[in-house]
Amino acid sequence: MATKPAKKGFSHKKIERNVTLLGALALLTVTIGGIVEIAPLFWIDNTIEKVEGMRPYTPLELAGRNIYMREGCYTCHSQMIRPFRDEVERYGHYSLAAESMYDHPFQWGSKRTGPDLARVGGRYSDEWHKAHLIDPRSVVPESIMPPYAFLAERELKTGDMANDLTALYRVGVPYTKADIEKANEDIKAQADPDAGAGDLQKRYPKAQVRDFDGDPARVTEMDALIAYLQMLGTLVDVDKAAPQERPGETEAAR
Amino acid sequence: MDSLLAKAGGWFALALLALVMAALAVDAPFAVHMVIIALASLIALWATLMRADYQRIARGLLKMPGNEGVYDDDPIRWGVIATLFWGVAGMAAGLYIALQLAFPALNLNLEYTTFGRLRPLHTSAVIFAFGGNALIATSFYVVQRTCRARLAFPTLARFVFWGYQLFIVLAATGYLMGVTAAKEYAEPEWYVDLWLTIVWVAYLVVFVGTIVKRREPHIYVANWFYLSFIVTIAMLHIVNNLSMPASLLGSKSYAAFAGVQDALTQWWYGHNAVGFFLTAGFLAMMYYFVPKQAERPVYSYRLSIIHFWSLIFLYIWAGPHHLHYTALPDWAQTLGMVFSVILWMPSWGGMINGLMTLNGAWDKIRTDPIIRMMVMALAFYGMSTFEGPMMSIKWVNSMSHYTDWTIGHVHSGALGWNGMITFACVYYLVPRLWGRPRLYSLRMVNWHFWLATVGIVFYAASMWVAGIMQGLMWREYGADGYLVYSFAESVAAMHPMYLIRAAGGAMYLAGFLIMIVNVWATLAGKVRAERPMTETPYNAVADRPLTPVPAE
Repeated sequence: MATKPAKKGFSHKKIERNVTLLGALALLTVTIGGIVEIAPLFWIDNTIEKVEGMRPYTPLELAGRNIYMREGCYTCHSQMIRPFRDEVERYGHYSLAAESMYDHPFQWGSKRTGPDLARVGGRYSDEWHKAHLIDPRSVVPESIMPPYAFLAERELKTGDMANDLTALYRVGVPYTKADIEKANEDIKAQADPDAGAGDLQKRYPKAQVRDFDGDPARVTEMDALIAYLQMLGTLVDVDKAAPQERPGETEAAR
Repeated sequence: MDSLLAKAGGWFALALLALVMAALAVDAPFAVHMVIIALASLIALWATLMRADYQRIARGLLKMPGNEGVYDDDPIRWGVIATLFWGVAGMAAGLYIALQLAFPALNLNLEYTTFGRLRPLHTSAVIFAFGGNALIATSFYVVQRTCRARLAFPTLARFVFWGYQLFIVLAATGYLMGVTAAKEYAEPEWYVDLWLTIVWVAYLVVFVGTIVKRREPHIYVANWFYLSFIVTIAMLHIVNNLSMPASLLGSKSYAAFAGVQDALTQWWYGHNAVGFFLTAGFLAMMYYFVPKQAERPVYSYRLSIIHFWSLIFLYIWAGPHHLHYTALPDWAQTLGMVFSVILWMPSWGGMINGLMTLNGAWDKIRTDPIIRMMVMALAFYGMSTFEGPMMSIKWVNSMSHYTDWTIGHVHSGALGWNGMITFACVYYLVPRLWGRPRLYSLRMVNWHFWLATVGIVFYAASMWVAGIMQGLMWREYGADGYLVYSFAESVAAMHPMYLIRAAGGAMYLAGFLIMIVNVWATLAGKVRAERPMTETPYNAVADRPLTPVPAE
């Protein structure tokens, strides 16, 4: 390293006596690691495997995801199943990078005070989720999760969801013009089966259309959160996702 | 006159702008925050007008420079008090959420007091409010002493202090209202991030400005660490918080990156918040206050050069060890692991340099409880920088990740290293800053030391057991080939560990409260009649900047 002291013609003293030099060298030193590790993730093709079925969140799911973030669910729940036998048997197929490609921000989490939620969609009924969120210990006596009864009482107020979809579009999520224009209607359409889903499921394949919280009269925060939880891990047919590399196989032969 | 008008006008305009934005806000928390900003601007306006010297302005005189014969210690005194205030708040929040995990009824059925909202409050309060204020206060103290010059830009230094407090208030109230970017340790939303960026640039200007006007040819090693901490945190903060607001009148924004790229950016940030906020900055404190309190020079000048450059170079690479076995590409995980293990060496370089500074003064561990705290801090620094590389080995991590072991590891570093070194520095600073002969009571420092140390042992030991138990229960297979435990059973098994952890945290907090009493009494000018434990001399005559003396 060029920074060792007292070699021929160079002395660390020069750096110690010049704050500009010291600051510039320090900044240079700390940028290298990030550039080498992070930058390639944006242009190496196989960072995110190609899978079928990934689509952006519906506005209702997105609103639910925003509630998930607002309540800090990520502080206790991960959304990242590691490729170990016990995790795959407990939670399902290990998580693929593609499954969070539209997650701004990612919610992989770092702690499992509660179980992983990457594939919780479809594992429990809507009624179970509602009961569990209102009073976790009514369905899981050992649970230490906080109660979220207020979600069921509160009307879902998102503001203009077109703004949210536009912001996501700007950072790279492929929402269409129609998606953005119909953002607010889509919420109603997905949570209220009587409203008629329109072309929602055409634009968002596999979107689940129903009243999630057992209160068809209105769309609550509970509707949005359960809609989000019920879609987690349901989009990609993981068994169809081919492994990226097999020994002895070339890119062309695949 | 003009500058007074410009300043007052600026604050008034900012208050008006904030009020307009509050009126137009699309969500309630954003409106609340804008009102807070408006109030803060009005207070700044009031202070600007009250403190102006109108007589001098009327006589058309230029502003007199401050008294160059003494150090500018006002922001440091405020910083010490802010450190203690936010420390109590943050640690009390930590104890409360620890108890929530043992007794979920403490979530109180209110949205504002759920674990999910209080946990970011706890982490940000202890890292950024307690740690951040300690760093800003000590850096302003150290940079003046080691450069033998008054703070450059005194007004800006005051702006840094109060601007940082506003950042803390906005972040903390935001968490309670559910305003969060949902990235760990980077939870403040876009407008709070922008505000912090402004404050941080001002901080850099004051710090570098003071170094530029130094009267010593060399920049002391503590200042290298402070400088790299300020510069790197700026870089990390800006890149990791890049986001697209849904509306310029609302609190919600969406991160610029997604999925795997966002994950690595976040942990590049998250790990180096540890590396530069909690390590480089606190090592800077170590490099000034340990030699001062021990009255010995730093052990090795050469070691400090080597370990400074290697530490800041290597730390940046270690982020991917937070993402072992995830969907992050394998090459990045392995690279992160290798660098994390190498990082053990420069970390211990710092510890050795700190500990060996006591060469010839080891007896002070017996006689001086402040030295004892510093030594314990360095010991915990050494321990957690050994534990960290170990946990970053993929094989270990496959079991330790997602468990409470990580929580224990973080706290042995945070309580042991950051907490203890901060306490020691505050104990050093208080009598000097307020011109008191000594602390109210050194015996109370001793009590603080032992309560904190035993508290950490309870905390770390219970979390080791909890983490390893979780890791083993989750992967336990029976003879029949099925998983033995449901997840809920592993939660139930944690209960006794969570109780012991809370007890350890309570002891640590109790020690802190003793410190508050001690500092309070010192500020009140009291001296407790007690048998002395040490007599570290203080030379008031030498504690001032070098001022040029006109030739006669």
